[in-house]
Amino acid sequence: MHLRDSDSDADFRSEVREWLRSAVASMPTPPSPDDWPGRRSYDAQWQRMLFDAGYAGINWPAEHGGRGATPTEHLIFLEESAAAKAPDVGVGFVGQMHAGPTIIAEGTNAQKAHHLRGILTGDHVWCQGFSEPGSGSDLASLRTRAFRDGDDYVVSGQKIWTSHAVAADYCEMLVRTDPNEPKHKGISWLIMPMNLPCIDVRPLVTVHGSTEFAELFLDEVRVPVANLVGAENDGWRVANVTLSFERGTGFVGELLDTTNVFQELIEMAKSTIRTGRAIWADDSIRREVGIIGADLDALWAFTKRNVSQGARGGLAMGSGSGFKVAFATTQHRLGDLALRVLDRASLSMDDLGGQPTGVLVHSKLHAFAISLGGGTTQIQQNIIAERVLGLPRER
Amino acid sequence: MDLQPTDDQAALVEMITTFAADRFPIETVRSFGNSDGFARTLWGELAALGTFGISVSEDLGGVGLNFIDAVLVHEALGAALCPGPIVAATLAAGLVNGVIDGSVVPCIIDLGSDGPLAVENFRSSDVLLVVDDAGVGIIESDNVSGTDVVHPTDPTTPITILASLPKTKSIGDAELAKRWRQRGSLLASAQLSGNSSGSTSLAVEYAKEREQFGRPIGSFQGLKHLLADSWIRTEVARSSVWAAGVTIDEPEVGSIDRAVAGSRLTAARAATENAKTCVQVHGGMGFTWEVDAHLFLKRAWVLETQFGSIDDAAEVVAHLYADR
Repeated sequence: MHLRDSDSDADFRSEVREWLRSAVASMPTPPSPDDWPGRRSYDAQWQRMLFDAGYAGINWPAEHGGRGATPTEHLIFLEESAAAKAPDVGVGFVGQMHAGPTIIAEGTNAQKAHHLRGILTGDHVWCQGFSEPGSGSDLASLRTRAFRDGDDYVVSGQKIWTSHAVAADYCEMLVRTDPNEPKHKGISWLIMPMNLPCIDVRPLVTVHGSTEFAELFLDEVRVPVANLVGAENDGWRVANVTLSFERGTGFVGELLDTTNVFQELIEMAKSTIRTGRAIWADDSIRREVGIIGADLDALWAFTKRNVSQGARGGLAMGSGSGFKVAFATTQHRLGDLALRVLDRASLSMDDLGGQPTGVLVHSKLHAFAISLGGGTTQIQQNIIAERVLGLPRER
Repeated sequence: MDLQPTDDQAALVEMITTFAADRFPIETVRSFGNSDGFARTLWGELAALGTFGISVSEDLGGVGLNFIDAVLVHEALGAALCPGPIVAATLAAGLVNGVIDGSVVPCIIDLGSDGPLAVENFRSSDVLLVVDDAGVGIIESDNVSGTDVVHPTDPTTPITILASLPKTKSIGDAELAKRWRQRGSLLASAQLSGNSSGSTSLAVEYAKEREQFGRPIGSFQGLKHLLADSWIRTEVARSSVWAAGVTIDEPEVGSIDRAVAGSRLTAARAATENAKTCVQVHGGMGFTWEVDAHLFLKRAWVLETQFGSIDDAAEVVAHLYADR
């Protein structure tokens, strides 16, 4: 086992570091979080720079326009990007992390030709239409219907938690094409252009005020049959193929953000005086910092274990679920500590007194995104209990 | 970077695990706790596997592997609740004659810890090693007086309270003391990590067999979530323990103190919480002496005090983050 970079990884790291230094300096000031046209064009500008430099689709296979980097190189790229304060993937998230890899694995040649390059250059933005108001943890119970009518599917239903829908050109969507089959067997995976008529996008504001999500209301939207990815009624499997692409880097960006917030919290605890002494002088605060710090270091090591497994072909069962639950627990614990340190400075969602107080409040609320999004903590616990520990299913 | 065991390391862990299951089944572990239960033959077999000299160079009679390999071995031994002064022997191997081959059994006391002068496995030892800030000393156990604890909290770890601090012969300076504290702490944490996995396996097995309300209790989400959390705590602990082991071998990748202290926090939590879960999953039977669940918990309590407390470890991590 090693933690040091191999010679080639060290070369890659210094090459990336050098490129990032000038590239990041050339970027304009980021737009405000709710300025979606501004965010889209900012993210596209950065993505284009990555594309021109050969870093777009870093973990995508080279034959599909990616860099074909190893999982370790991917991790290095993310670490260096964070250190350089480079923009994150932004509105490119669904396209680069999910829709693109799905099309690579299951799409037709025409679909690949039409979609992959746009995702890599940043010209095409994707959103995800999987969850429904009645289908959260039990996603396979989804009811958005698609009837075949000539060369089109006629799609009606409602989707929720559609990230970046306001800015998106395409939606990767799961629809029910056969209601008579068992729930996992009647689902299909469709590419839905967002400029089609009869799509109503309504923003869904989160507890921390983010406008990144929306609900989609679909009323007989005509999606060409040519936009079916994989076979009809095979969409559940298609939606899960990206799991096999996961190489342990999925949460690196979030973990880097959390580590930065943690450092800011420590600085605040050291510089804030309460009842005559620095908050940092309080043993219980400091020891809680120590425990959270140990957990963050452990989560980094956990990430490196997963990336190392990924480099050998794929994650072990439960590794992704286990990481996510542990990360969510730490994120909540950090948020709880932040509220203790902030005390009444937590009453504003915006920063107060030149301190990152608002950032810390946001971080606490964002912890729910980790413990709920992409399969709740309880669903992950079920997965581990049944598929790793081999405990019997409930029914 | 590669934080997964190599094929050789996986084979090493497999060998130790098989050996422990064969030669240190739980009945043997229990008997090691009796004053006359420590078996020199078994200790010699453990030594013959290269357990103690694993990271000692070959010219000093060791196996010549890295410290991470010692960490992996202690993780496997911890899962089996392997008894005896295995941390002391691993630290002393190569420095104290006879330790590598098992003919000399050491025990150890770290004066950095407060409280009584309690020594684990003193009565079966040949030499006592004394660690303080200034260095490491040694004395023959026969020349040290102490009183055996009648009811050691962990029945598989005999405890002796020394009457007074003996005068020792120095075998190393402050640098060696620091090195032993780091390595001793990490080896104990590796055992804690293994312990957490051992108690989880015991609990999972029981949850699959035990039926109530007409079905295995492991089918209830209330238990599933407890056991999934146990598994996760082990994976978190194992991650920090492995990273710390590699950091000792490759000091340029990070702070050894921070990695070691962090490992103590995650591994002690995993072991104590998972053992508690193991008792709880066993229901009323978990509250009995006969079921092994309490042995994991009590061993965890012993290990988590070795070479510094949990609070000490939290302070170390906090300060190393803050003084970055």
